[in-house]
Amino acid sequence: MTAVRCIDLCKTYRQGDQDIKALDHLSIDIEKGEFVCLMSPSGGGKTTLLNAIGGLDIPDSGEVWIADERIDQMSKGQLADLRLANIGFVFQAYNLIPVLSAQENVEFVMQVQGIPAAERRDKSHAILEEVGLKGLETRRPAEMSGGQQQRVAVARAIVSRPELVLADEPTANLDSKTSAELMELFTELNEHHSTTFIIATHDQRVQAYAKRLVRMLDGRIVGDAEQHAA
Amino acid sequence: MNIVLRLAWRNLWRHSRRTWLTIGAMVFSNVLLVFMISLQVSMYGLMIDNTLKVFSGHMQVQAPGYKDDQKMRQVVHDVQPLAARLRRELDSETIAARGWAFGLASSAERSYGIGIYGVEPEFEPRVSNIPGLIEQGRYLDDNNASEIVIGTMLARNLRIGIGDELTLLGSGVDGSFAAAVVNVVGIFGSGVKEIDRNIAQMPLGAFQDIFYMDGAGHQVVLLAPDLDQAEFLQASVEAAVSDNGDLVVHGWDVLLPGLKQAIQADMSSAFFMYGILVILVAFSVLNTQLMSVLERTHEFGIVMALGLKPGRLGRLVMLETAMMGFIGMILGALAGALFTTWFTVNGFTYPGMEEMVSNFNLPGRVYPRATLVSMFAGPLVVFLFTLAAAVYPALRLHRLHPVEAMRTN
Repeated sequence: MTAVRCIDLCKTYRQGDQDIKALDHLSIDIEKGEFVCLMSPSGGGKTTLLNAIGGLDIPDSGEVWIADERIDQMSKGQLADLRLANIGFVFQAYNLIPVLSAQENVEFVMQVQGIPAAERRDKSHAILEEVGLKGLETRRPAEMSGGQQQRVAVARAIVSRPELVLADEPTANLDSKTSAELMELFTELNEHHSTTFIIATHDQRVQAYAKRLVRMLDGRIVGDAEQHAA
Repeated sequence: MNIVLRLAWRNLWRHSRRTWLTIGAMVFSNVLLVFMISLQVSMYGLMIDNTLKVFSGHMQVQAPGYKDDQKMRQVVHDVQPLAARLRRELDSETIAARGWAFGLASSAERSYGIGIYGVEPEFEPRVSNIPGLIEQGRYLDDNNASEIVIGTMLARNLRIGIGDELTLLGSGVDGSFAAAVVNVVGIFGSGVKEIDRNIAQMPLGAFQDIFYMDGAGHQVVLLAPDLDQAEFLQASVEAAVSDNGDLVVHGWDVLLPGLKQAIQADMSSAFFMYGILVILVAFSVLNTQLMSVLERTHEFGIVMALGLKPGRLGRLVMLETAMMGFIGMILGALAGALFTTWFTVNGFTYPGMEEMVSNFNLPGRVYPRATLVSMFAGPLVVFLFTLAAAVYPALRLHRLHPVEAMRTN
């Protein structure tokens, strides 16, 4: 079953006097349960592709499908609903809400989803324990290390068991040990819950965990190969 | 507590100094509003009460048309029995009959045109302050005696005193010549120049004899326990005289339109000033919330990426503003009430106030009293304008694009 399908995507940014082709007639199919790594040098188009798949950015042309739904023609509200229900995001800079504790950050999205308070509490406790943050539930982001914050961000992204997780440079600010732990967690979720992962990175350590490596350059796919994960 | 509420509350205190400064502006304006509105309402109450208690009462029963054209022949027949019936039916003693005539009052040296009121000596002190304002001599005590009380300025102008005779000349109700000589038994000083210079009172029985009234008069004056009850009393009086189509009941605002207009004019200018104050506070809130939204653009981008719709973010900003406005309203109302209470005890005055307010028969020192309405009317308007000021920052969020917002530092 296809989880993500991109057809002939184009996206051009204007930077000063120059037009930068972030996506150049790019097409890709990703099946449900795949663990895909998008690799490219900076400016290769991987973040733009993630944003297009996540409905955060609308391509200039082409089609984006999530499961059976074409999303590039959806309204802002429909896209928000889609992200809320189906997609988990992990960003490079953690991007937690600074005035909320770790548990509240995790619960926040569930509250928006309309999940009852007791269920929210149980789920947030469980997921924080799963990412190794038991006992740190009441800490605010400023009171946690980078690795701990990224784990909270991951917990927030996966607590509702989304079908698709999009991660943009999730290990960029982490040391090698924490990076490895995070990737182990992603792998476990992928294997046990069939969650589809698309990770944009240029970290060589991350690609070792991927089952499929997609190499990009100047907005185009220049390599697409399956591999045996570590 | 709901996480959105928690989030709004904590966002509010991210920059506590800025929040307190904005709340401070609200509290300051609210204190001013509570005090000024309390002072205003108290002064209006005093203006109305003092003016009505001097003479006109809260309402009067008259013949139709008499209010606009005070002709002698527009009478209330059997005015004293009517007043007695109203006292009985309404179970009130603050009801008195009166007659009125224009006449020439002459002393040995001078003559002045004055308004001569025939009053019931027993009941007039219950509807009017004038009997209690006698400075020399005594008030009237016999309904048929040929005696009169006059104001201090009239006494000075006529150069007469207690025990002197005063000649009254005028027209009777039938147009015939009316004349009498009466003794001055009292001189009153109300402090209101118009009254002290132009009015005299004599017993209604004698008045009816002099002006051939045949038991008639021109008004029955009624005083309610207070202004708030006047409206209810008026309805009862109207019901009581409804069987007589020759009578109408006029409230104080109809009898003294100038007083009502003066109050309305004062209110208009005051509300204009209050409006400016409220708008200044609203701009302060607008500034704070715009800054708050702008500096959180990145964060808003994140939560939009997570699936929050701009409308929800807008509601979050409105909730933060509502919390801030609520704190400002409560603190402002309480501080304003405390501030006003100090003046309730000590009184409020300023140089020149006495002369300014004497035209409205007000004392030179006013004791404002904070009521629930004066405590919350102004702060509530500030609160609503505060919310209105947050609409623009909240609406700006609808234009936010998650990717662009997340690129903002």
